[in-house]
Amino acid sequence: MTRTERHVDVLIVGAGPAGLAAGAELADAGAGHVEILEREQEAGGIPRHCHHGGFGERRTGGRPRGPYARGGTDGPAYARRSVAAAVRAGAVLRTGVTVTGWAGPRTLDTTGPTGLGRITATAVLLATGARERPRTARLIPGTRPAGVYTTGELQQAVHLYGQRIGTRAVVVGDEPVARSAVATLRAAGVQVAALVTGRPDTPFRVRRSGLPMLTGAVVTALHGRTRLSGVELRHDDGRTTTLRCDTVVLTGDFVPDNELARRGGLTLDPGTRGPAYDAAFRTSRPGVFAAGNLLHAVERAHVAALEGRAVAVPVLHRLAGTDLPAGAGQPLLVDAPLRWIAPNVTGSGGERPPGGRFVLRTDRRLPRPLLLVSQGGRELHRQRLLLPAVPDRPFHLAAEWLDRVDPLGPAVRVSAL
Amino acid sequence: MTVTVTTAGLLPTGDGPYDVTVVGAGVVGAAIARELAGYRLRTALVEAADDIGEGTSKANTAILHTGFDAVPGSLEARLVREGHGLLAAYAARTGIPLERVGALLVAWDDEQRAVLPELLAKAVRNGYHAARLIGAAELRAREPHLGPGALGALEVPDESIICPWTTPLAFATQAVRAGVHLHLGCRVRGVGSDADGHTLSTSRGPLRTRYLINAAGLYADEFDRFLGHEEFTVTPRRGQLIVFDKLARGLVDHILLPVPTAAGKGVLVAPTVFGNVLLGPTSEDLDDRTATGSTAEGIRLLREKGRRIVPALLDEEVTAVYAGLRAATGQEDYRIRHHPGRRYVTVGGIRSTGLTASMAIAGHVTGLLAELGLDLGERRELPELTLPNIGEAFPRPYLRADLIARDPAYGTLVCHCEQVTLGEIRDAFSTTLPPRSVDGLRRRTRARGGRCQGFYCGAAVRALFEKERP
Ligand SMILES: Cc1cc2nc3c(=O)[nH]c(=O)nc-3n(C[C@H](O)[C@H](O)[C@H](O)COP(=O)(O)OP(=O)(O)OC[C@H]3O[C@@H](n4cnc5c(N)ncnc54)[C@H](O)[C@@H]3O)c2cc1C
Ligand SMILES: Cc1cc2nc3c(=O)[nH]c(=O)nc-3n(C[C@H](O)[C@H](O)[C@H](O)COP(=O)(O)OP(=O)(O)OC[C@H]3O[C@@H](n4cnc5c(N)ncnc54)[C@H](O)[C@@H]3O)c2cc1C
Repeated sequence: MTRTERHVDVLIVGAGPAGLAAGAELADAGAGHVEILEREQEAGGIPRHCHHGGFGERRTGGRPRGPYARGGTDGPAYARRSVAAAVRAGAVLRTGVTVTGWAGPRTLDTTGPTGLGRITATAVLLATGARERPRTARLIPGTRPAGVYTTGELQQAVHLYGQRIGTRAVVVGDEPVARSAVATLRAAGVQVAALVTGRPDTPFRVRRSGLPMLTGAVVTALHGRTRLSGVELRHDDGRTTTLRCDTVVLTGDFVPDNELARRGGLTLDPGTRGPAYDAAFRTSRPGVFAAGNLLHAVERAHVAALEGRAVAVPVLHRLAGTDLPAGAGQPLLVDAPLRWIAPNVTGSGGERPPGGRFVLRTDRRLPRPLLLVSQGGRELHRQRLLLPAVPDRPFHLAAEWLDRVDPLGPAVRVSAL
Repeated sequence: MTVTVTTAGLLPTGDGPYDVTVVGAGVVGAAIARELAGYRLRTALVEAADDIGEGTSKANTAILHTGFDAVPGSLEARLVREGHGLLAAYAARTGIPLERVGALLVAWDDEQRAVLPELLAKAVRNGYHAARLIGAAELRAREPHLGPGALGALEVPDESIICPWTTPLAFATQAVRAGVHLHLGCRVRGVGSDADGHTLSTSRGPLRTRYLINAAGLYADEFDRFLGHEEFTVTPRRGQLIVFDKLARGLVDHILLPVPTAAGKGVLVAPTVFGNVLLGPTSEDLDDRTATGSTAEGIRLLREKGRRIVPALLDEEVTAVYAGLRAATGQEDYRIRHHPGRRYVTVGGIRSTGLTASMAIAGHVTGLLAELGLDLGERRELPELTLPNIGEAFPRPYLRADLIARDPAYGTLVCHCEQVTLGEIRDAFSTTLPPRSVDGLRRRTRARGGRCQGFYCGAAVRALFEKERP
């Protein structure tokens, strides 16, 4: 097995918003040889196929243009801009190259059309993103017909390949991405029969009226032999019904693409299932950093990009030999019904997460929760949120208490009252 | 040798009757066709679906059994034992993924532990001598992720895992290359017989054959009735299975079998040749021969059993859920029978061991044809066949610098979860039996069969299929 071995200063895995922003920032700062590897033929990550997304920072006063952000550009334009910025700054971007595994603590094996590679880096940044759980991972019983999509596959089928989808679709999901699925289906000329959500109330507004919302309903089976013929639902009140359709789009229910992180033996956070990391984006392995939706499935693209820029500082420290040892922090754990917190290690260098706050998720709706941070019975912080915390939506916790963490004490816990 | 594979239109009739026609291109029918290809016979393999292996053969547990637990003295016991050796050797020659991981039949309570010596004695009666009993400590050392309470096990070192899709594909490919005619999309609807043979009426017109073999799987009883035989009824017994993510592979080193009960062989946990972990199957008697769907109840039951066997497994992502139907006939043995004076062989009731026994069944059935009066003539060796490797035990194309240097398409990954390259997908369409559906492509290459189920590559794979389809 012949592999071409090389050394680079920074190796970034994944050219989505996070990886590209990090590459641009680091190359700009003179980090040396900064290389971004992307397994797809086109760089850009998920936004490549989000024709209906509103990407980039929120513009105040802008006309609502997409389901995610007011203002901003569409996904493909955002992707092109991110790619151009990274390349302009001098990062080496290689597409069609897959990182297939680890050969050392900071050495990665690659496969591409020019052959097999083995790249050792002073700093590695994992930015491999997140995916939606498909039907199988959601354990939806029934037959195995064609016509079953995730939003990711649907968007690519419509926008990248112009494929025929179907005539009548049901969209399932509680997250904003469901609106992207509706928009994509409509753009493809598919009638949307209903948007189905397990929530008791409407989780978000859908642009353009005339879309039936079925709340408090879960999918209990798929029907149809070769092609989907219907989706069976169980409603809150115990009724079951079957919606006739030839297409179903299962949206949201994101899971980090953590394979490389796990195969590399990085510690994972039990809540996010991404690598455990601190406010400086350090994983449990010295010199291995992570950013973007790999860390928290799923935030909007501009959050991923923001993290990409923010990770540049600790990476530069690493290159200069002025970084602090990794793994020195305390695990940050959440109590139910909180699902996860990110970052989820307290860190050691006095860094603050981007924006000076942590991001969290809850499994249950909490009206104006009181968030309590404690370490071994000692209260570090309490904070009342002014708005309800809702499943699948980010809410935040201030980070100023980080200085009060005892570096030798037990794990830090966050609970909601 | 010209290759004859037809998929539509009237069946060719110009060259007179076939010597032998095999109905059903599952793993059993394909193995029989391959065996017959070794003789100077005009043989046809007729299949209702538009691809081979579309029936029960595509959805099983994919274990190459030793037959240690078969009913001693039964035909099944003998054919499984012989089939194990034949298929293991054939797999090594042709590149069918196979791993001899061994099985541990685990006892979880005293009652079960007391049964292990009986099972060991039964293995010996079945001519299998390599099994042995191991204690709790050794068991835990060898399977550290096993749930609490495992008291001991019967080790069966030759139980192996095999690729269920490549096996019938190899048989059918070799058969067709050696001159067997394969007629796909051809459902047999009735049979008229006379002293010289049979006329099949099919969805693609009549087909005349001197000898006839019924390898129709779940429909073997209905097929028998075309010829007036009413010897058995198939009761489909569904088996649902869950495939866990490759990241679970490290949790399991062996096939972990339960102690069998009157209700059946029970739910096992096993690695797959693709590097996943399988949990299943259920055992449900049904009436509907098309009920290959999964159910909430089945999935719940499997998860409950799985949590006991390897608790950590349940935290892993699920890659696939599927179900297959065993052709149970109410008899603990195969229903293989020739009908003297009728030039007809029924190969029925191949319930839960047909993948393993396929090659031995083929040899046995060929012998029955000779008994019915068919002059087989001299046996000849078939040209060797080598299939591209899709298993994890040997380097896949994406890890082979030599292949990529020759053709960069082997360095271009399309399906990221299963690491399937553009080169492999392209090659699949220029084989003797190209895929005729996206699922057929998956069974040949693994494309789109991984944890994301198409989130990343689904549209790209479909585009390649549309471009290259035959
Ligand atoms: C269907 C969908 C619609 C969305 N719509 C919007 C929207 O409208 N607005 C919005 O703000 N956000 C939207 N989002 C969220 C947004 O896309 C993400 O926040 C953003 O893309 C995350 O960026 P990332 O860099 O972390 O990951 P990604 O964009 O997922 O990029 C990760 C990259 O890593 C590559 N990669 C992974 N593993 C390897 C490997 N082993 N080797 C090489 N490369 C690898 C992948 O190919 C991919 O290109 C949407 C998400 C989805 C799934
Ligand atoms: C859940 C489960 C787990 C199993 N696990 C294992 C295992 O681990 N190891 C093992 O060795 N075995 C296992 N088996 C058993 C094995 O899968 C079967 O014994 C084997 O696949 C049977 O093959 P077959 O060719 O007889 O049937 P099939 O694969 O069903 O093939 C029959 C074919 O006949 C065709 N046909 C039917 N009627 C007609 C007609 N009128 N005209 C034309 N074509 C027709 C059908 O379309 C079909 O393709 C398992 C089975 C199940 C269900």
